[in-house]
Amino acid sequence: MSKEIKVKIDKEKCKSCGFCVLYCAKGILFTGKKNNAKGFFYIEFDDKLNKCNSCAICALMCPEAAIEVFKEDKK
Amino acid sequence: MKPVYLKPESLKDVVTSYCPGCGHGLVHRLIAEVIDELKVREKTIGIAPVGCAVYAYDYFNFDVAEAPHGRPPAVATAIKRCLPDRIVFTYQGDGDLASIGTNEIIHAANRGENITVIFINNANYGMTGGQMAPTTLPGMRTTTTQKGRDSKLHGFPLRVSELLATLEGTVYIERVSLIDPANVIKTKKAIKKAFSNQLTGTGFSFVEVLSPCPVNWGLKPLEALKFVKDQMIPYFKLGILKDKTEEMKKEKGA
Ligand SMILES: Cc1ncc(C[n+]2csc(CCOP(=O)(O)OP(=O)(O)O)c2C)c(N)n1
Ligand code: SF4
Ligand code: SF4
Repeated sequence: MSKEIKVKIDKEKCKSCGFCVLYCAKGILFTGKKNNAKGFFYIEFDDKLNKCNSCAICALMCPEAAIEVFKEDKK
Repeated sequence: MKPVYLKPESLKDVVTSYCPGCGHGLVHRLIAEVIDELKVREKTIGIAPVGCAVYAYDYFNFDVAEAPHGRPPAVATAIKRCLPDRIVFTYQGDGDLASIGTNEIIHAANRGENITVIFINNANYGMTGGQMAPTTLPGMRTTTTQKGRDSKLHGFPLRVSELLATLEGTVYIERVSLIDPANVIKTKKAIKKAFSNQLTGTGFSFVEVLSPCPVNWGLKPLEALKFVKDQMIPYFKLGILKDKTEEMKKEKGA
């Protein structure tokens, strides 16, 4: 199991619209309790169970280009 | 780790002025992805409108000129005719394109200028605080139609794509939305086609995007997506309204 983060969210760009949260089929994105410089409660990625399959639907829906997605290298 | 999705090079690494859930940001990102994929970033010139997208020159990482309200098609015409090897597109809201600039878009389309037009239909004037636009839906409340748009008093919402499709000079016209991942993918495909047509010299290509304006609609971002789906799409039907691409390619020998 990889400990590297598959979904990187630029917290300063996120405006908490929730599009990524709505369409993530795995339910591993959530609105956090901390706000960014603009005052938005930015989205956090929590994938303790390694459910993310790097589908990048979250990045596809993000109006702010705040999300970058990575996948594990094949070993 | 291997990248699956990275921020497109054609977007600057900045925070935009758009409201949460605004369609402008999403369409900017799709345009930037398409420009990257077509490898034309260094020869692309965008024309920004007056409206919330007025700062597009601060967000796109390629040349962008600014036009007076409604005049991007005229500026694009001049640039494309002087520099035919550039990829020239206008980016316009519905106040810009369908109200103050109606005349400009009709004539540019009718002349069959070899440009790409991305039209953001959010059913109101966003930047100035949500006044009625020609595209405002019947019964829709705006700051200037507080009891809802009354067609007897204010006329009917203008279907610009249908209107332009009747003109001889237009080649490709499609209306798309951003309501879910499948539709965002469709929108990107339409934008890509509209730009590819310019590369092959095929002619005037126009993509209308039904776009959420949550703050002025008085809705949360997710409710605004639902509003597009339930209220806008029944009036502004999605799909290809005209496609002479293959015919024109044959004619041009492209
Ligand atoms: C000549 C002129 N008239 C009026 C205005 C005021 N004005 C600024 S933005 C705007 C409407 C923009 O609405 P739209 O094109 O729908 O874009 P949106 O902000 O919704 O993206 C108007 C009327 C102006 N800047 N210039
Ligand atoms: S889609 Fe983008 S801006 Fe919206 S909540 Fe998710 S990360 Fe933030
Ligand atoms: S007012 Fe509407 S169009 Fe303008 S940035 Fe906000 S959501 Fe977007």
